[in-house]
Amino acid sequence: MIKFILMVNRQGQTRLSRYYTPVELSRRALLEADVVRCCLSRKKDQCSFVEYKDFKLVYRQYAALYIVVGVTDSENELSVYELVHNFVEVLDKYFSRVSELDIMFNLDRVHIILDEMIQNGHIVETNKSRILAPLNALDKMADG
Amino acid sequence: MSDVVEKTLTALPSLLSLDSQPGSAKLSSTSKLGNLIRGITELTSKHEEEKLIQRELTSIKEQMSSPSTSMRQMKELMVRAIYCEMLGYEASFTYIHAIKLAQQGTALEKRVGYLAVSLFLNESHELLLLLVNTVLKDLQSTNLIEVCMALTVVSQMFPKDMIPAILPLVEEKLNHPKEIIRRKAVLALYKFYQIAPNQVQHIHNKFRKALCDKDPGVMTASLHIYLQMIQENPEGYKDLTASFVTILKQVVGGKLPMDFNYHSVPAPWLQIQLLRILSLLGKNDQSTSEIMYDVLDESLRRAEMNHNITYAILYECVKCIYTIHPKSELLEKAAKCIGNFVLSQKINLKYLGLKALTYVVQQDPKLALQHQMTIIECLDHPDLIIKRETLELLFRITNAQNVTVIVEKMLEFLQLNEDDYTTTDLVGKVAELAEKYPYNEWFIETMNTVFSVGGDMMQPDIPNGFLKLLSEGFDSVEEDRKLRQFAVDSYISLLQGETGKLPQRFLQVISWVLGEYAHLRTDLEPATVLRLLSKLLDSKNTSSETKSWVLIAMTKLCDGRTGISAAQEVSETYSSSLDTVLRQRAQELQHLSQDSELRDRVLPRDTGLEPPEVDSSLSFLDGFVSEALAAGAAPYKPPHQRQEELAQAKTLSLEPYSLSLPISMSSCSITDRQSPTLLSISSGLSGDSMDLSHKGGSTTLKLDGVKRVWGRDGYLAQRESVEEAAKVEVPSPLHSASEQGEAEGAHSQNPTPTPTPEPEQEKQQLASSLFVGLGSQSSVCLMGKAEPNPQRFRRKAKSPSLSSGPSEPTSNSIISSPSTVDNLLCNNLLDSNITSGASQDPPPELSQDLSTANGTCDVEFTDRDEEEREPSLIKDNGVIAHEDKDRPKDLCLSSHLPAELSGCSCSEIIPLCSHQSLHLSACHVQRDEFLVLVVFIYNSSDSDVQQILLELESDQLQVSCVCESPVQEVSGDSVAVCQYTLTVRRPSVHVEVAGVVSYTSQTTESTQFSYKLPLTSFIRPLTVSTEEYGTMWLAFSNDTKQNLTLISEDQESLTASLNVLKRKLQLHVVEIIGMEGIVACRVLQDQPCLMHCRVHAGSLAVWLRSPVPDLPDCLIYHCQRALQEH
Repeated sequence: MIKFILMVNRQGQTRLSRYYTPVELSRRALLEADVVRCCLSRKKDQCSFVEYKDFKLVYRQYAALYIVVGVTDSENELSVYELVHNFVEVLDKYFSRVSELDIMFNLDRVHIILDEMIQNGHIVETNKSRILAPLNALDKMADG
Repeated sequence: MSDVVEKTLTALPSLLSLDSQPGSAKLSSTSKLGNLIRGITELTSKHEEEKLIQRELTSIKEQMSSPSTSMRQMKELMVRAIYCEMLGYEASFTYIHAIKLAQQGTALEKRVGYLAVSLFLNESHELLLLLVNTVLKDLQSTNLIEVCMALTVVSQMFPKDMIPAILPLVEEKLNHPKEIIRRKAVLALYKFYQIAPNQVQHIHNKFRKALCDKDPGVMTASLHIYLQMIQENPEGYKDLTASFVTILKQVVGGKLPMDFNYHSVPAPWLQIQLLRILSLLGKNDQSTSEIMYDVLDESLRRAEMNHNITYAILYECVKCIYTIHPKSELLEKAAKCIGNFVLSQKINLKYLGLKALTYVVQQDPKLALQHQMTIIECLDHPDLIIKRETLELLFRITNAQNVTVIVEKMLEFLQLNEDDYTTTDLVGKVAELAEKYPYNEWFIETMNTVFSVGGDMMQPDIPNGFLKLLSEGFDSVEEDRKLRQFAVDSYISLLQGETGKLPQRFLQVISWVLGEYAHLRTDLEPATVLRLLSKLLDSKNTSSETKSWVLIAMTKLCDGRTGISAAQEVSETYSSSLDTVLRQRAQELQHLSQDSELRDRVLPRDTGLEPPEVDSSLSFLDGFVSEALAAGAAPYKPPHQRQEELAQAKTLSLEPYSLSLPISMSSCSITDRQSPTLLSISSGLSGDSMDLSHKGGSTTLKLDGVKRVWGRDGYLAQRESVEEAAKVEVPSPLHSASEQGEAEGAHSQNPTPTPTPEPEQEKQQLASSLFVGLGSQSSVCLMGKAEPNPQRFRRKAKSPSLSSGPSEPTSNSIISSPSTVDNLLCNNLLDSNITSGASQDPPPELSQDLSTANGTCDVEFTDRDEEEREPSLIKDNGVIAHEDKDRPKDLCLSSHLPAELSGCSCSEIIPLCSHQSLHLSACHVQRDEFLVLVVFIYNSSDSDVQQILLELESDQLQVSCVCESPVQEVSGDSVAVCQYTLTVRRPSVHVEVAGVVSYTSQTTESTQFSYKLPLTSFIRPLTVSTEEYGTMWLAFSNDTKQNLTLISEDQESLTASLNVLKRKLQLHVVEIIGMEGIVACRVLQDQPCLMHCRVHAGSLAVWLRSPVPDLPDCLIYHCQRALQEH
């Protein structure tokens, strides 16, 4: 099961966070800082999976942006690792060449995309066109 | 692709500096959101961030509360608020606006409203209730996008109590022509299944339909439900195995549309999900496993492409192959696959390979042997994660021969590690291994390291387990003595060194061991030990808890003149300590050091094996208590009861007082061990003396006033200062202190050493020491899953709990055939229906008898018998309705039914268990005020069976024995009868009593059993007037709602349905007003439950309320069943 997904930049600033298990607001910042420290300290040739307390972190780096996913021990780490890439590919398709700024200026849309892919910590859709369908429809409604 | 992303992202800093850059998406960068984002990117310190966000929040608050703010602006404000919360600053004032936005916005605005709600609120947030109407409206919308949004938010979070309100709408969506709607509806139902499984019980066939949906997306969504349901009950879904296999075959074979592919691999995450389901279904089931061999083989074959995602599938495939019933061909292929993983240069793959290996070695240790050199390399890998995973693997393959090397490796890692969590975890594992293989010196030394490294962070059961192990000892007395002596030696030398850095826990262990076993070292002067211990007392690093351990140790040791003088000195210092515990210990030390005779009695040496008997019921105080009661003292009330009574002191008690067990002051001394239980019940009785009828008169509610409650206003929110209805708190039963005999120590096992290959390198040497013993064992447990642990000591030994009974293989017929239980329960249900009419209205004399409460137990019972005025009709129908010809024993058992019970409704007599010549059967008899469980003990042999001890226990029930002297022996070929009264402590759909019977014929034997009965047996009508009902309704806080099917469609359907409930469940129909009806019942002892029924749109909308949690849910289940079975 996926516990949370974070998008953090190299400076440790959170660009997106989504929790699938309840974590108090006051403890999130601390957890995020800790998680980021954990991932930033690792070299490129090291394993993309890190143990963190009683769960695991799966992270993937895209330029200055890190995407970190907290998963339980029973989860298949490699499949989550690829899920992250699928997510980025979807973003890339929607924003046509996604950048950190796209994510910042369209936080709501990124969340909507993520909601289509992951619900309650489970992977619910991975088909790119189906993931984007509701959002595209919304955009069309707004334009028209 | 990732290169492209990387390039764009690297170009970012230049984008930031340019305001008019088109890269800043569709939003103009001069907007408020743009300002915020620019502000955030320019931040340099936490302090600046705080200032910026606070300013932002103030401005958001201002604009949001302005009435002129449009929904479009509101959406932008909401995104800004999401930003603030994301950075960790609470914006709770926006929550209500988020709900408003979801309600009033259109398209994207609405979606952002929903998004904000799901981000801001948790599932139990009260504001979520305000969302229900919006969701309801959107579900009915003709705009598909709105329906989509509503379903999305529902599958993320929805208040549990409101599920019935939208359930029909969601169900309807399962037949929607659009796949996206069907898919989201399935996901919403999945959410419902997670939070309230019994609410979606009736639509399981619709899940099957979703599984067979023509659209792969809908099918995929339904797999989530199936994965969870199969996890909970794999037996129930074996018939679906072939379907899952077919689906997987089609997916693997590339039958899905192209857009499901990910990097040319067809729907990889779907494949993984299916493999997980298959492994659950095939576990320990040969025939089911055989169905899936082919498809697993094909999956292995197809997934040969060199991409991460295929490895992910392979990993799942390998796990599945090793979980299901083994097939050697597949195992071979899977093993090769793991080999490729482990040997891979890609580090992520290596990790996964180790993880798979760790999972697999439990079944096949030989595999670890194959890869031993790789494992050794991983052990020295620079990446700590790989190292850690390798240790995890080694931990699983530990045996008596390699334990020392593996523990050494683990301790090495511990020295390097800095993470607290890992330390605690690993220290626990080392301790576990060390305790499994306690080899004298090595064991003590390892535990020393564990205690010093683990420090005060480790779980407290490690030192406790260690001390227990040391005191209980092993097989040989000589070995025990040596171990203890070595521990003493080791600790003495530790204490002689620097003690300042030793963790407190370790010091406590040291003090205990020295106190207990220092005398084993005859050459050791007690004075030396005392001096070392008192040195600990002087250290300022020693905590006061440790000091008290030290003082106890000194008390045990202070022998002889030097000892006494040392003790005197210490006790003087601490007898004036501010810490009361320390002061007490010091006093003990002072007194016991002077009186060696007393000390030998209080602290006897070498009696660690016999645990002192503890009378937890404090029965020795009974005499004192009854004296005090006779002198007019108030009876004891447990703290929770006291608080409750305090809380309701100002309110009126609206419930009739229960006719609880017959108790009296004088019975206290008789009832022996159970006196506290009975006392607290009696206190409930004597607490208030006001009569119910008085209260009925004092409340001046008019009938029409009550009707308004049942009209639309009935749905008004509950008044805040509603009085809690009085109820007699049922105290928890006292657990008997007697402990079951410890299981016999497992026989030690000595695996034969294997010839190890000629060590040439250092690594090979290490390998041979690490993997020794695996080869020889592998032949034994290649297929079998036995744990070859020569466990000489059960670390977490607990007395066998009674509730675990059903999982253990006993000769119990109830356990072995659950289906028969259901049949029996149905029968019981029918049985009880017959009497339902007669057992209403408890005789009023009874309550008077009890309120005076002066008779003894026996008298009460005879009184009661005379009051039994049941007509003989029940006698004929009630007793043993189902007599099987092949069970003539029942027939004769029924004649043993106690005379006072023979007039009541009795269930079928069910055999509980048979053990040698002893046969236990039981039935339950429904009385007005309680339920009697009758246990028949039949001795079929000629010789007597003695010292019978029957103990019953239940999580949900309160069990108390009726007779004051329980059955102790049964002579040959005769039957003894025990009676227990049962009352519900925690409601559940079915309740269960677990028991253990021990007896002596030639040897002492014991066996377990359990008895299951439906909650309906405890339901009695509650006779209240409509006014009383109205007041009670408002006072009860736990409720549930559901729509039930009416039994007929005509005008009288309400009356007919209620009559069915009245007949089958013994409910009391208070009044029927038009299309609404109110019904009341209580569950024994006195747990009322009220029911409001309304005929609405062809179904019966039922609303249940009770002060007891879970009771409404359980009752609705039985109501549903009663109406269905009709």
